[in-house]
Amino acid sequence: MGKTLFDKVWDAHVVSAIADGPQQLYIDRHYCHEVTTPQAFEGLRRRGLKVFRPERTVCSPDHNIPTEHQDQPIEDPVSRNQIETLVANAKEFGLTLYGLMNPLNGIIHVMGPENGLTLPGATLVCGDSHTSTHGAFGAVAFGIGTSEVEMVLATQCILQPKPKTMRINVEGELRPGVTAKDIALYIIAKMTTGGATGYFVEYAGSAIRALNMEERMTVCNLSIEMGARGGMIAPDDTTFDYLRGRRFAPQGAEFDKAVEEWRKLASDADAEFDAEVTFDAADIEPRVTFGTNPGMGIGISEPVPDAPSDAAGRESFVKALAYMQFESGKPLLGNKVDYVFLGSCTNGRIEDFRAFASYVKGRKKHPDVTAWLVPGSWSVRRQIEEEGIDKILTEAGFELRQPGCSACLAMNPDKVPAGKLAVSTSNRNFEGRQGPGARTVLAGPLVAAAAAINGVITDPRA
Amino acid sequence: MKEKFTVLTSTCVPLNVENVDTDQIIPARFLKSTSREGFGDHLFNDWRFLPSGEPNPDFILNSPVFKGAKVLVAGKNFGCGSSREHAAWAIADYGFRAVISSFFADIHRNNELNNFVLPVTVSPDFLAELFASIEADPTTEVTIDLASQTVTNNATGRAETFAINSYKKECLSEGLDDIDYLIAHKSDIEAFELARN
Repeated sequence: MGKTLFDKVWDAHVVSAIADGPQQLYIDRHYCHEVTTPQAFEGLRRRGLKVFRPERTVCSPDHNIPTEHQDQPIEDPVSRNQIETLVANAKEFGLTLYGLMNPLNGIIHVMGPENGLTLPGATLVCGDSHTSTHGAFGAVAFGIGTSEVEMVLATQCILQPKPKTMRINVEGELRPGVTAKDIALYIIAKMTTGGATGYFVEYAGSAIRALNMEERMTVCNLSIEMGARGGMIAPDDTTFDYLRGRRFAPQGAEFDKAVEEWRKLASDADAEFDAEVTFDAADIEPRVTFGTNPGMGIGISEPVPDAPSDAAGRESFVKALAYMQFESGKPLLGNKVDYVFLGSCTNGRIEDFRAFASYVKGRKKHPDVTAWLVPGSWSVRRQIEEEGIDKILTEAGFELRQPGCSACLAMNPDKVPAGKLAVSTSNRNFEGRQGPGARTVLAGPLVAAAAAINGVITDPRA
Repeated sequence: MKEKFTVLTSTCVPLNVENVDTDQIIPARFLKSTSREGFGDHLFNDWRFLPSGEPNPDFILNSPVFKGAKVLVAGKNFGCGSSREHAAWAIADYGFRAVISSFFADIHRNNELNNFVLPVTVSPDFLAELFASIEADPTTEVTIDLASQTVTNNATGRAETFAINSYKKECLSEGLDDIDYLIAHKSDIEAFELARN
């Protein structure tokens, strides 16, 4: 029997297997940010350990940083201390760090790929559940806890039970106005928020193959929102064209040699998956979420569904609708929008800014909407400026901020006030995610742009 | 932190909500600390406290009858969302030693195990009956025996076995963690690197 993409990458990194226990997995690339690492470094100090392979870890502060005045000291002393702790730890343990105002700084899931630090066939971890983003390159990439961060720092390995495999095929052509984010939100709604727990997903099918790398990253990024440990896509010419010439990718003849190996990673024709699901791309329309987990989503023209029939599910559903102030049977179209957030490791890449600009060009931001446009990295921001997208945005009444995770999780000052409704291109609509009491509707960059211009939830195709 | 787990008999806090995500267990704005301690004060912060900072009398954790309970019972898909280990630290720091649910999110389940909090996966029927028992009598106790991998609803006597791999079982009962294991096997890692090159 043939092997899946996932099995090929995973199996090549197994150092040992514990009988009736986890496997010891070697990690090629480790990313660190400021929030989930200080306790891991403290653990190393307590045990008197060094970092085992410092060249395999790269640090970039992103979660807890302001998105303006990054050249000045951070006002909040607690946030400042967390950033300074990462800088000090990187120095003490000999790790590469791209700090604030460094031209390479950005959200770790944005800056890593754009610098060629994420490569096909690699194992990759970070103390962040959206590490699944890097699966877009055919890497086995997944989020870990801080104890596991400490394991990787100390030994370049972690102990993990091997997940099951699932293939999700999206076949056919997307309809106009439908983005990669809509594909992901559609899949998550079909699978439910816990439906892929225990699985590692491979995305395949003609609609997936047709996506560029930014779009593939958006799809893989959201794998965790249906419980999957990770999601990946077989590397192909789209992948290789993206990687060629990137700063830390292999160069010249070495790159060509690597491509030959990477081409062998695709799932074999006779590979078997533990589960397989197929969707039709033509069934997908622009999506919005109505509830308090990313699985609670609908097509933008559809009404909010009725509560499920089982008692426990009903109670959670009713609680979610009460929080969101939405009603079953009514669509979200026309609901007043207070905030719009374009950014995050889900939708903070150049493609997302191009899409947003394509809608707002020649229009004006609605005066009642506060919009935060936050590039995922300095590199994305530079590209926005090089392409003249910044001028389109300025003319439409928007301003660009400095890179970071920002309002996705509102650890920094970018918080949505209680009761206000935000249309957000980020990844989670959990209660209070964007600030205590904030109400979040997840959507793609086009729906976000239409909301920012019209001040109400609007179908961008209208 | 490395508190050995053998047999636990305790009352339970019933949190009958599905898909409890780690943002509810510990909201992001409390993740700015650089130590592992003190997160229990903010466990379920935005459900547990009113915007004024006063305890929310309607939230189950604030009910005096459940004070001192060492077991949390929650609806399915507990711990979904973020990988933040702060959620497991908050649960442990508050005083819970075990969480019972019919379904756990992967990363959070690992994080609990790595902090010597035992995630106990039970059948939906067992879970529903346990919620009913606690509702009928809030002093209902469960007994969790790691050696025999059984959990018992002491109100009804219903018992179920739960799954845990023998490696993690030994870690919990002996007070060992994964880093201890990996460091003891460092020569294997170097051999793997050599063989690969």
